[in-house]
Amino acid sequence: MSRARRVTERAMIVLMQLALACVAGCALLIVGTVLVRGLPALSWEMLTHLPRGGFYLGKSGGILNAIVGSLLLAGCATAAAAVVSLPVAFALQREYVPRTAARIVTIALDILWGTPSIVYGAFGFMLMMLLGVGASLLGGIIALTLLMLPIMVRAMSEVIATAPRDLKETAYALGATRFETMRHVLLRQTLPGLVTAVLLAFGRGIGDAAAVLFTAGYSDRIPRTLTDPAASLPLAIFFQLGTPIAAVQQRAYASACVLLLIVLAVSLLARVLAARARRFTIR
Amino acid sequence: MIRRRLLDSASAQVMRVLACAVVGLALALVCGLYLKARPVLATQSLAELVFTSAWRPLKGHFGFLPFIAGTVAVTSLAMLLAVPLSILSALYLSEYASTRLRDCIKPVIDLLAAIPSVIFGIWGVITIVPAVKQLGHCCGHPGTGYSLLAGGIVLAVMVFPLIISVSMDVLAGVPREAREAALALGATRWETTRYVVIKRAAPGVIAAIVLAFSRACGETMAVLMVAGNVARVPHSLFDPVHPLPALIANNYGEMMSIPRYDAALMFAALLLLVIVTVFNASAQLVLHRAVRRWQ
Repeated sequence: MSRARRVTERAMIVLMQLALACVAGCALLIVGTVLVRGLPALSWEMLTHLPRGGFYLGKSGGILNAIVGSLLLAGCATAAAAVVSLPVAFALQREYVPRTAARIVTIALDILWGTPSIVYGAFGFMLMMLLGVGASLLGGIIALTLLMLPIMVRAMSEVIATAPRDLKETAYALGATRFETMRHVLLRQTLPGLVTAVLLAFGRGIGDAAAVLFTAGYSDRIPRTLTDPAASLPLAIFFQLGTPIAAVQQRAYASACVLLLIVLAVSLLARVLAARARRFTIR
Repeated sequence: MIRRRLLDSASAQVMRVLACAVVGLALALVCGLYLKARPVLATQSLAELVFTSAWRPLKGHFGFLPFIAGTVAVTSLAMLLAVPLSILSALYLSEYASTRLRDCIKPVIDLLAAIPSVIFGIWGVITIVPAVKQLGHCCGHPGTGYSLLAGGIVLAVMVFPLIISVSMDVLAGVPREAREAALALGATRWETTRYVVIKRAAPGVIAAIVLAFSRACGETMAVLMVAGNVARVPHSLFDPVHPLPALIANNYGEMMSIPRYDAALMFAALLLLVIVTVFNASAQLVLHRAVRRWQ
């Protein structure tokens, strides 16, 4: 082997390792920066209290409104999106729609998947004006549901497509209807993947600020009805970071820490649940 | 038996209707935004909207050029930074790395993908903006650091995981035999990668890049937080930019009080949707085909 070829080989390996180190380094740097800045600023009071008077000037209070608001928004939107996504994902199988129709739906889903969350925010705002609802919990849930829907359907239909074909055929051969096959065979087989899909979408939804910016509003109180405005963690971070007061910026770091920990916990949970449930599936 | 059949056909109907509703939603998204944007399209021609740079909402004149230029500049810069790093990483992970290393790195990349955009923004404000400010001072561009460069760097980090994971899927689809044949002919591993693997995976990898480009175009919060938001066409890396998504997010408060302002913002959303969808749809088409060919 000539020297030049050997040198190229070595050089490319080093280059690729550097690139990988840079990517992995960025991920760790981001998590590290937020934790290092946020954890010292985090206190029990921040987690368990609503903002009090002068909170945005650095006085006492917490971000409970944003934590509860975010969990409500993302939780309800995840439930709504799951109810719609599950049938759609199963419908994309050959038994339900012809191939051309499935392709059209897939293209529509691709478009929706790529649609930026700010566009969902604007569209949700438009829908709310049409329905005569102001910035509220309901509006935020609508926008987040639209945002999560394509993410969930795509992840779910990928999982369903990987289920062994023999399994379905066996069920059909035993005389099961499509619904029974779906309910008793496919659903069990794909459950770990479906749960992962739902949690993935939840994680995406709880961290999204652009979609709730117009639609959910912001409030210092915990919403009691669907038409109350709701605070959310991403917006709390955004607003707090925008003030010139150092103590409030500290709170932005702490809030970012809370959001990051929630998102990491959800993705870890998805991993663990998937690994555990995988033992009960047929390969 | 009748009950079972009824249940089966009823559930099938519901599923079909919901699947149609998804298509309806995509259409409603485009049509709804178009209808809302019509007032501004009625008073100014499309070319005038897209290619002029005077932004005077109070006089009812809207020129989107600075915002479009901002979006294109920040996204292109991000791709310029992200593409080489991501492709090299993906190649290393799929062609060179041991299974153990891959199992270690995969969660880190998933982690990067899971981080919300506000967190990227806050990281940008803490780390990138001061660094860019320093760099700007060294290069003779004194400024705040909230700039095109800062936006580009943050956006680049955000699209790493997308490019890497899609490229890895595509690379995994290249048949083993192709690699073995090249190695058996005496090619080094890099030569195999360069002339066989990349060649076969090229359409898919390009699609991954286009997909990341369209994702980066629509990214709002992180860019909004670090890009400076001044509505001018940028002339250097250290100039602030104001991309389209940031325009929508920054002005929703006033949009009901000025006539035709809401229409202008809805037009911005429509424009963004059209740009993103064109890139996205073409990438998806290639990816579907690429994956089908190798399976």
